[in-house]
Amino acid sequence: MAINRIWVLAEALDGTVAPITLELLAKARELGGTVEAVYGGEGADVAEAVGAHGATTVYATGDLSGSLPGVPVASAIAEAIESGNGPDLLLFGTTYDGRDIAARLSVAIDKPVITNNTDLAVEGDDVVVTEPVFGGTKLVKTRFTAGAPYIALFRPKSFVAESTGAGAAEVASLQVPDAGQAKVLNRHIEESSGPKLDEAEVVVSGGRGLGDAEKYRMIEDLAKALKAAPGASRAIVDAGWVPYSYQVGQTGKVVKPTVYIAAGISGATQHLVGMKGSKNIIAINKDAEAPIFSVADLGIVGDVHKVLPKLLEALQSR
Amino acid sequence: MNVVVCVKQIPDPAEPGKLEADNTLDRSGKLILDESDSYGVEMALQLVDKAGGGEVTLVSMAPGNETSGLRTALAMGAAKAILVSDDALSGAGALDTAKVLAAAIKRAEPDLVLAATESSDGYTGTVPEQVAALLGLPSITFAKEVELADGKVKVQRQTEAGFDEVEAPLPALVSVTAGVVEPRYPSFKGIMAAKSKPVDQLGLGDLGIDASAVGSAGAGQEIVTVEDAPAREAGEIIEDDGESFGRIVAYLENLKVI
Repeated sequence: MAINRIWVLAEALDGTVAPITLELLAKARELGGTVEAVYGGEGADVAEAVGAHGATTVYATGDLSGSLPGVPVASAIAEAIESGNGPDLLLFGTTYDGRDIAARLSVAIDKPVITNNTDLAVEGDDVVVTEPVFGGTKLVKTRFTAGAPYIALFRPKSFVAESTGAGAAEVASLQVPDAGQAKVLNRHIEESSGPKLDEAEVVVSGGRGLGDAEKYRMIEDLAKALKAAPGASRAIVDAGWVPYSYQVGQTGKVVKPTVYIAAGISGATQHLVGMKGSKNIIAINKDAEAPIFSVADLGIVGDVHKVLPKLLEALQSR
Repeated sequence: MNVVVCVKQIPDPAEPGKLEADNTLDRSGKLILDESDSYGVEMALQLVDKAGGGEVTLVSMAPGNETSGLRTALAMGAAKAILVSDDALSGAGALDTAKVLAAAIKRAEPDLVLAATESSDGYTGTVPEQVAALLGLPSITFAKEVELADGKVKVQRQTEAGFDEVEAPLPALVSVTAGVVEPRYPSFKGIMAAKSKPVDQLGLGDLGIDASAVGSAGAGQEIVTVEDAPAREAGEIIEDDGESFGRIVAYLENLKVI
């Protein structure tokens, strides 16, 4: 078998392990072999959560003391691999740090890295990843041909996390040969009330069809009325109407809510990739030819400035 | 202050994507400057300006000695370009692309290297960091604000939760997000001047890179199949007659969302 030992990159914010880490652990368990986590930070902080999702050990660098994780975590993994104590397969999320660490590791061990995957299969001696392209209309299957270790990154929500109920993972230390020179001086956490965009049951998103930045208020109000998370297309994020954290799409968040309402969004493939997986999609756009209607379960061809205020009124008066 | 900006020349995103027989992306049509790179070019021009002097050099890897996207960036104000073009690069992945770019950037000896966070046709998002690793430079990715001071680059780096203030000593590499600055439109004067700005055209041999280490031969990955993704079933589309909001309310009630 090509894969005996899998390392999943654990990521955490303020002590909470990221959902993508738990999703990847579920996939790793399905592939079989030894499943372990690797973490840039204190292993004890994540040992319980990763243990409960199938990791038997977490290899941790210890506190990074403000270093950006790319260089130190990659150098630690490379060192483990070079000393014969490393994995055959590495599964990371296509996240900010996941990409940085994978990139640095790829150079350190001279192996390719493939990102944005939604699945991985081991077929005999081959490791094959699946990646959606062309706005998610086509699936590309790519085989790694340079041998182990294999570095593969996955989109959020490609797999479903599943707790095994097992106890905390054992914590083991990794040497960090290179701390890197990029230092974090300060962290700014953007306060946001309401559900997180990529975890909300209902998402209400706005796009350029709203007209101008002030009109985004309608989206915020609608989101509040539905206890939903507000989202945005890349166009209005680039235009500065809302912060990047609102962006849904290939270069933003991937969301799979029960209901996704797209108002004034044309449905560029860039955006569709981020929300096509939603269970129910409602779209409002004045252009009957807008691509968003190809994925909408309920599509309203109409003016958002007429439909949204009436919708909001109807919801608020219930 | 000499800044190198990595730029990619990609098939026009307005056209539907096409594949060659070997499943590589069809790059035979019109290639334009990746919009993501206009932010890097603009950022570089502004930083050189603030520093009181220096120049912006573009580095690009493209098939068929393509320069049209480079001319756009030169028209914005970049001084010159280095283009690497070689048939052996067809089928290149992120790592071998980074090796080529790094070798080209070395020739320019920059104080700062800028790039987009990811290309608009590949979306891998690792090449800038791989380039930094190959050049032995510190790097900061996902910059939404960039400042140079006291031999350091200070960045606001996008995170899942907000942003971090990060700094690194120069020389360094920084990848910038869309919207980090407002890119300028090239002036007519700029467009005319771009025609005669130098574009150094190099092949793998000029960079001392073996053809077997890159492209289909050396990328370490190969496409097995390309299939249609399962399509989503079409839904109900109605014209708003002033009452469609009621349909939305009924739909949400049905799903027990309200």
